[in-house]
Amino acid sequence: MKPESIGALITGRRLACALLLLVVSVSLAANWLAPGGYARQYREAAGAPPSAAHWLGTDDIGRDRFARVLYGTRISLLLAPAAALLSTLMAALVGGLAGYMGGLWARLAMAATDLFLSLPWLFLLITVRAVMPLNVSPMASVLVTFSMLGLLGWTSAARVLCARTRSLRDADFVCQARASGIRGMRLFWIHVMPNLKPALYAQFWISIPVFILSEANLGILGLGVAEPMPSWGSLLKELEGLTSIGEEPWKFVPLILLVVVVTLFQFALSKQEEVAA
Amino acid sequence: MLGWRIARHGLALVAIVLLGGLLSATLVRLAPGFDVDEEQLDPHLSAESVRALRETRQQERNVFSYWLHSMQRAVKGDLGTSLSLGQPVTTLLRDRAPLTLKLVSMGLLFSWAVAMAMALSAAWLRASAYDALTTCLSGTFLCIPAAVLALLSVLWNVPGSLAIGLIVFPRVYRYARNLLAKAYSLPHIITARAKGLGELRILFWHVVPVTGAQLLAVAGVSVSMAVGAAIPVEALCGLPGVGQLAWQAALSRDLPLLMNITILVTLVTLLANSAADVFGHMLRGQDA
Amino acid sequence: MMRCQIFSSAPRGIGRGINQRAIAFSFATLAAFVWLFVGGAVAQGGGELRFCLRSEPKTFDPLKVDDDASESIRYLTGGVLVRMNRQTQALEPGLAESWQVSKDGRGIAFNLRSGIAFSDGTPFSAEDVAYTVQQLMDPALHSPTGDAFRSGPGNVETKIISPTQISITFPAAVAGLDRLFDQVAIESAHSPKKEMAVLGPFVVADYKAGASVRLKRNPNYWKSDAQGRKLPYLDSIELDIQPNRDVEMLRFKRGEIDLINALDSDYFDKLAATSPQQVHDAGPSLDSEQMWFNEVAKAPIPGYKRAWFRSQNFRRAISEAINRADLSRVVFHGHAQPAVGPVSPANKFWFNAKLKAEPYNPEAALKTLQADGFHLDNSVLKDRDGNSVVFSIITNAGNKSREQMAVMIQEDLQKIGIHVNVVTLDFPSLIARMTQTFDYEAILLGLTNVDLDPNGEMNLWLSSSDNHQWNPQQKTPETAWEAEIDKLMRAQASSADAGKRKEAFDRVQEIVYEQAPFIYLINKNALSAVSTAVHGAHPVILHPQTFWNAEQLTVGK
Repeated sequence: MKPESIGALITGRRLACALLLLVVSVSLAANWLAPGGYARQYREAAGAPPSAAHWLGTDDIGRDRFARVLYGTRISLLLAPAAALLSTLMAALVGGLAGYMGGLWARLAMAATDLFLSLPWLFLLITVRAVMPLNVSPMASVLVTFSMLGLLGWTSAARVLCARTRSLRDADFVCQARASGIRGMRLFWIHVMPNLKPALYAQFWISIPVFILSEANLGILGLGVAEPMPSWGSLLKELEGLTSIGEEPWKFVPLILLVVVVTLFQFALSKQEEVAA
Repeated sequence: MLGWRIARHGLALVAIVLLGGLLSATLVRLAPGFDVDEEQLDPHLSAESVRALRETRQQERNVFSYWLHSMQRAVKGDLGTSLSLGQPVTTLLRDRAPLTLKLVSMGLLFSWAVAMAMALSAAWLRASAYDALTTCLSGTFLCIPAAVLALLSVLWNVPGSLAIGLIVFPRVYRYARNLLAKAYSLPHIITARAKGLGELRILFWHVVPVTGAQLLAVAGVSVSMAVGAAIPVEALCGLPGVGQLAWQAALSRDLPLLMNITILVTLVTLLANSAADVFGHMLRGQDA
Repeated sequence: MMRCQIFSSAPRGIGRGINQRAIAFSFATLAAFVWLFVGGAVAQGGGELRFCLRSEPKTFDPLKVDDDASESIRYLTGGVLVRMNRQTQALEPGLAESWQVSKDGRGIAFNLRSGIAFSDGTPFSAEDVAYTVQQLMDPALHSPTGDAFRSGPGNVETKIISPTQISITFPAAVAGLDRLFDQVAIESAHSPKKEMAVLGPFVVADYKAGASVRLKRNPNYWKSDAQGRKLPYLDSIELDIQPNRDVEMLRFKRGEIDLINALDSDYFDKLAATSPQQVHDAGPSLDSEQMWFNEVAKAPIPGYKRAWFRSQNFRRAISEAINRADLSRVVFHGHAQPAVGPVSPANKFWFNAKLKAEPYNPEAALKTLQADGFHLDNSVLKDRDGNSVVFSIITNAGNKSREQMAVMIQEDLQKIGIHVNVVTLDFPSLIARMTQTFDYEAILLGLTNVDLDPNGEMNLWLSSSDNHQWNPQQKTPETAWEAEIDKLMRAQASSADAGKRKEAFDRVQEIVYEQAPFIYLINKNALSAVSTAVHGAHPVILHPQTFWNAEQLTVGK
């Protein structure tokens, strides 16, 4: 890649980080930007289109959609990346270690991963909900939800990481490191792990919107964000009732915001060496 | 020797599949709502009838013995009867599997074609604007809920396999894009380009051997992604496949159906990932 | 080749005149022929009706029906002895020309039509009725249809007097006996096709599991219209299995299906804006939405909460603090009205017109709570022991209107200092909490009423019943008012006097209003959509709303 493009990339990355920070800051300023709050029901203006009073209109029971987008950003933007990080680390541990150790361990780990991929975890989540008290705080509920997602969402990446690690085991630089006396976990963490970054970044980036959407779907099990607290996932569920694209386009704002944030994450994560060619 | 290895792999496969059946039965059995039925809320039912309804699932209470009996019956070709639909599970799966197979296969073909086309063109063009565009496009589809994509496919009268493809392709694209970007940044690729080698030659001779094993792993995993995506797509588009059956079975805690569907999915996942492993191993062997 | 002389040789004027008459006559004949043919075609080629079932039918056996989808198929294929006209709500002769209920309410005698055959040609006679009744009353059957007749222990007796006369005697009086036969589709005692041989207007022609059920006209259907034309007019009915209401709506808008029962209010408004002639609001339905508190003694909830829920003042205060008018207006877009009690005003005979919906009055609610020692402490309501009033309401996920109602109730109760947690659960989990573990505090659910006669809800009101939702399976009534309800319900069940029954059930409604074990919220309107291609449809409030007169519908441009 040409030096100008590298410069553009670095500028792009900084811009992406800055914009992400802006989004986070705006969501944290929700108390001032939307003083009415996310729960107040303007029942006389239920389902209203955008207006001066309600910039993105109101939802079906009259709650200000702009306020709900702002407050929902806090939940989703903070917790989804945290859950994504958890799943990425677990994938790295399981897949990376399995591929590094090789042999029977790798086969066992991958068989367990395949089994993990196939089981109906929906029922584990139902059981988790049953065990939780009904009067749990909304924050506790959402923390449990994202933790479960992080703990269950690592399997796809584990396989890819295992394949990558297997090929790295016999790479020249690894042999050289081994020959110079570096072995075991030290070899794994210092020399092998950094080379797993492409798959790790991919897993992290994919997991963010997947977990945001899954959180909303888990609402049918009683998990997820409890009413009246909003989340991006619950806002996106409004799209399911639309029968045409042109109808109520303001309902697409949470989707656009999610796409923008996910794209910004990708730009923020991209490294110089990935496009060094 | 080869025969022994195949037999060993086959036995391992069977053991894992059976374990999958047992674990799924356990998960379903332990989840609340297992032995209740919406019917028992009907105020017309007498007390005896409500009690009789509660007793119908008695034999499933002990998971292990239920699983054992089911496996014994399965050997004879009897997979039990669906509690919610009242039909033999064998018939249900046999009638619906071809549709799901077709949807998933077409969906995977579409997703890989689009993902690889975008990833390769991004690697070749090496233009950050194009990279940004493809990132944005794949990000958009990653952010659209599967239910909305399924509804849009009904709205626009497009096949369900397209919806599955659109759900899977952003994930495949991201992995492929990152793997290819990393591969194309390796010194020997830069050298090859500098020496004027064509992109196709570089791709097949120098990039595929490096990334092939991982891309095959992604391929194996994408099968599970597609099977998972089939559930909301079939349920919403009204397509009578195994995905729709799985959703219905989950809602009604239909243990015979759920256990057998899990066994089927485990088998498919294992086969796909094992094939990816085998081919990956062959590629690594060539590379060495 | 013979030529027509009349056109070649006759003088011009006369020839033209004769030609014109001939042509006119030919056209008239042709027109008459077309009219007769087309008219006949409308009668006998009424097209195909298409609509959606919201779930997979669980059975085609009419005696075992217990879900909506199977009930729809039974309605369309089953031949019944008496049919309740869903529009007039009056009983009409079906397979029985006439019937007589005995004075003690235990027996009923039918005079059956003669010369009728099942769809496969097997002749129909009293023997088939006897067979059906015996099957229905088999204790091992455990079906709601059969259990509705079970008023006391003992066996049912059927006496075949002749091939067209039968009398049936039950061990105890059955309230509303004749009306119950509207749900009993007669099965053949002799047909090799068993329950698939039917007497109704349509017969199941094809079933693709997960996809569709196709019904075709029953060629042996006994009924004709007033002009003597054989019914049904329709050639076939295609029932697609489609649980998703959004997709159902899409398909209706595209013209792929012809009608929607129980249309959601927001879709009603969307359709009304573009095609007002396609939507129908038949007024308040029999269905209600309500919430109740857990009063079960062994429930795993804190004792102080159980004390709240068992307090009449607490329940009445909650009822007063809920803005039902807002629920109707916001959630149902005005297509609902505040509910009064267990009976909808649409049920004109059984509704207790003296009762009025609880008005929204948070100040009165607070006063009622103060009578029980509750007080506001910094906008938080606390009981006399200082416990903050916090409880959860669970409802079934996937029902948008219930989820919205729960959130609105949450805000209403917040205004009187009560903190409510809304939890949506999948239905089996909810049922498990409601009927097995009793691990809940409040539930918001709905009741779909298919009967006008409240005797069908006997098991809801009897304190010993499994379905006495707020506190089931009581060995003896735990409160005086529940004991009184038990007495009243048993009295009305054993009486054949409609007036006495009404009096007893009016009193039940009053007790329920005073004690509020169920806090009735709203009665939804019966909304439906019918394509303009469908002719003869008159949507009503009773199930099935839009196709109750399917045998007289036609589909065509």
